[in-house]
Amino acid sequence: MIKKTLTTTVPAALVALALASAASAEIRIGASVSATGPAAFLGDPEAKTLEMLVEDLNAKGGINGEEVALVLYDDGGDANKARTFATRLIEDDEVQAIIGGSTTGTSMAILSVAEDAEIPFISLAGAIDIIDPVKPYTFKTPHTDRMACQKIFEDMQKRGIAKIGMISGTDGFGASMQAQCKEVAGDYGIEIAADETYDPKDADMTAQLTKIKNAEGVQAVLNPGFGQGPSIVTRNYKQLAIDLPLYQSHGVASDGFIELAGKDAAEGVRLPGTALLVAELLPEGDAQKPVVTAYKAAFEERTKTPVGTFGGYAHDAFLILTDAITRAGSTEPEAIRDAIEATKGLAGTTGVYAFTPEDHLGLDLSAFRMLEIKGGEWTLVE
Amino acid sequence: MSEFLQFLFSGVTVGAVYALVALGFTIIYNASDVVNFAQGEFVMLGGMITWFAHAAGLPLPLAALIAIVATAALGVAINKLAIEPARGAPVVSLIIITIGASVFLQGAAQLVFDKQIHSFPAFSGDRPLRIGGATIQPQSLWVIGGALVVFAGLWLFFTRTLLGRAVLATSNNRLAAQLVGINTNFVMTLSFALSAGIGALAGVLATPITLTAYNVGIGFALKGFAGAMLGGMGNPKGALAGGFLIGLIEALTAGYLSSTYKEAAAFVVILLVLFFMPQGLFGRKSTERV
Amino acid sequence: MPKLSAKSATLLVLAALIAVTPFFFPSGYYYRVGALIFVNGLAVTGIVILTGYAGQISLGHAGFAGIGGYACALAPTHLGLHPSLAVVLGAAISAVLAWLVGRPILRLKGYYLAVATLGFGILVAMVLNNERALTGGPDGIAVPDLGLRGLLKDWGLELTNGQFWYFFCGLVLLAGAWIALNLHQSPTGRALRALHGSEIAARTVGVDVARLKLQAFVISAVYASVAGSLVALQNKFITPDVAGFMHSIEMVTMAVLGGAGSVLGAIFGAGVLTLLPQALTVLAEYEQLVLGLVMMLVMIFLRDGLLPSILRKLRGTGE
Repeated sequence: MIKKTLTTTVPAALVALALASAASAEIRIGASVSATGPAAFLGDPEAKTLEMLVEDLNAKGGINGEEVALVLYDDGGDANKARTFATRLIEDDEVQAIIGGSTTGTSMAILSVAEDAEIPFISLAGAIDIIDPVKPYTFKTPHTDRMACQKIFEDMQKRGIAKIGMISGTDGFGASMQAQCKEVAGDYGIEIAADETYDPKDADMTAQLTKIKNAEGVQAVLNPGFGQGPSIVTRNYKQLAIDLPLYQSHGVASDGFIELAGKDAAEGVRLPGTALLVAELLPEGDAQKPVVTAYKAAFEERTKTPVGTFGGYAHDAFLILTDAITRAGSTEPEAIRDAIEATKGLAGTTGVYAFTPEDHLGLDLSAFRMLEIKGGEWTLVE
Repeated sequence: MSEFLQFLFSGVTVGAVYALVALGFTIIYNASDVVNFAQGEFVMLGGMITWFAHAAGLPLPLAALIAIVATAALGVAINKLAIEPARGAPVVSLIIITIGASVFLQGAAQLVFDKQIHSFPAFSGDRPLRIGGATIQPQSLWVIGGALVVFAGLWLFFTRTLLGRAVLATSNNRLAAQLVGINTNFVMTLSFALSAGIGALAGVLATPITLTAYNVGIGFALKGFAGAMLGGMGNPKGALAGGFLIGLIEALTAGYLSSTYKEAAAFVVILLVLFFMPQGLFGRKSTERV
Repeated sequence: MPKLSAKSATLLVLAALIAVTPFFFPSGYYYRVGALIFVNGLAVTGIVILTGYAGQISLGHAGFAGIGGYACALAPTHLGLHPSLAVVLGAAISAVLAWLVGRPILRLKGYYLAVATLGFGILVAMVLNNERALTGGPDGIAVPDLGLRGLLKDWGLELTNGQFWYFFCGLVLLAGAWIALNLHQSPTGRALRALHGSEIAARTVGVDVARLKLQAFVISAVYASVAGSLVALQNKFITPDVAGFMHSIEMVTMAVLGGAGSVLGAIFGAGVLTLLPQALTVLAEYEQLVLGLVMMLVMIFLRDGLLPSILRKLRGTGE
């Protein structure tokens, strides 16, 4: 009796699952991003960007005349779920390549499945561990956290800053960048005199900032983090009238940040950003200008929200993948991988990519641009 | 000294929000013995609806009023549709029902609104006030004032009005209350409306400081719950004190010990209080029947 | 032929399900989903002992899953233990911790117990999240391979990764269910159920209530810990999410939704709540909405949980 109930309901549910994912197209691209959960701030624009780009591409006739199908899942930022979806994409949806992993945790989960199945995977997360050591099928589009730290410290060095305070979020993004910055600070002769953290859900950081303010000899403050934390830090910074340069990370490189922190509080804040935020300021002839302008216009028209770095990462991953599939003229995973490794001078929103079999990041420090907020607008430092 | 004062300001600002959430918990708990885990969602809705209405062009006070009334109505709906039909269910079931309501409201909020972070202007500007070398945002005074006014209002309501006494009577003994002619269903409806409205008010007051998004509710719920427990479940005085205390413990730990473990400090204190004085600081004796 | 006991029936149903369903699998992905159901089923069986048998609540059991999981990540690299022994170590640490924490906590009742366990779970998650040097922080940490699949291959039994974990987790779940069912019939089990009925009554007939509750708490912690270890070993990677508040809630919800009173019911609940998000991906936008609605509706209208209610309905309509 009991047996009968269960043996009929469970297979029925499984069959329903199978039906739900039945669809066929020649080129199948899978994606698992954190469209909900604590990393929704990253994953939501990524999902929207991918959906938009696939529609546009198919409206223009697809790749080499073939339609592209996108299978998109929301892993909620949970590595365990991301692994399940990666398995599903490969085994059940039979995709030829995967984009995704909004966070380092989910990327690490997806990459082990993708590597086992030998399916190309382009990660959207920051940590250097994803592509170092190089794995045959894994690539990534964002700069590493370490590069962000280096760019910031380079700028500090130019301004003669040698002693700083740090206030970092305890989420994956903030914690990872905090660790990387502490590692490379010495290379730039910078000493971290105060090292504070906050929970991503915190509503007030004046206690931590007061400690930093009172630390001996601090000349600037750096805030690795994303989401609402950095906006609150920036407001509290103004409230406490701390008169030192404030550096934010690429985690808040979006017009949304200026709006949330407030124009006054954000005045003078510097961060390493991408060309995306300063599309209009780029000189004619800049390789990134057409890409950046087109993406910004299309995304803002479609979603009515300002573009940010994270959506840009998804844009670039999609660009790299479709470019590689076009050149490969094949959807064999190995051919796609080889084509990605042969990518040269491909201008995306984040930078100009050039991959090799030894370099699966494809960007260097020059892709970062030091930006400063002046009068509520992004400007280029230099 | 100014450093200590700054930590204090930080603590009471955040603590006032927790206190408002804890007061919301208390009202529902008193009327129905239910701990409403969806309490944080009321705070989220207060902020999100106000932002949405304000962005749509309504003046801020009107937007805030709409948010509070709409959330209060939603509180009543939750009571009618989810809590009343489950009367007499075990504690575990009630916990899951209210968590289900919380998950449901989050799901609805991300569909109706969006998944971005939002804010709206502070009520009396952004210019911080300087007191004794420390600074505080004017909006903090609004939140603190809000918590105190709500507390005073509740105190008057429960001690000076017939209706308020009816609520207390219901919480003490539902059957006896019914026997003396109290409409306990109405008391329940009122409690949920009041609690949801106060939650939404917290959201309205705090959003210019804390910012808001569809998923901020659970954080407020946990801290508010902790505050209510610390003060003693079911006691408005305890809720007020407990909320402020949690905020202060966090700020002082961040200031003097470690900002990494400031969240931990709040929970360690709660565990200690539960171990050594299970009824909380101001709790009634033997609230849980064996 | 004598009628099958409830215990044998449950185990037979489980074993049959584990053995037969793979014949219906259209792709390798279903082995993964199956393995997840079994792991969740194992954790939830522990909740049956704590909540279903002894009537106590925990909103912090994911903390023990975190300890089990991180034991598998850390013990092999730092202590040189084989991953299988790391599972045992994790379970032992969880048991000791449960015993230490349980003594003061279990004096509390209802919501007080709920908040105390919740606080405990959050503290564990916080340590895993913040001690970056040891645990890798929020980005997670790699877990070594269990090595059993390779061993089986040498013995001539070649399984895909998905198949291996499906059957391995299935077997562990069977063992876990067997232990729980035996406990149910033992004198301890009877005493536990007496305790669930009325603590005072149990005490008057001479049941050592405090010790009994503690036993149930420790046993259920071991179940959660082993489940956490299995997740870590299977994924070869673990993040602090495994110890998170939402995971604790998920465990309790699975048990109560399916029917916390019986092992089979709870495992059924684990199955439903594991499959639901997978089935809802087609309407991902509505996932949370539907999940919240299901939680409320089941608890309001099917208070004993899904499985008992379904069974009653089937019996009611006559066989």
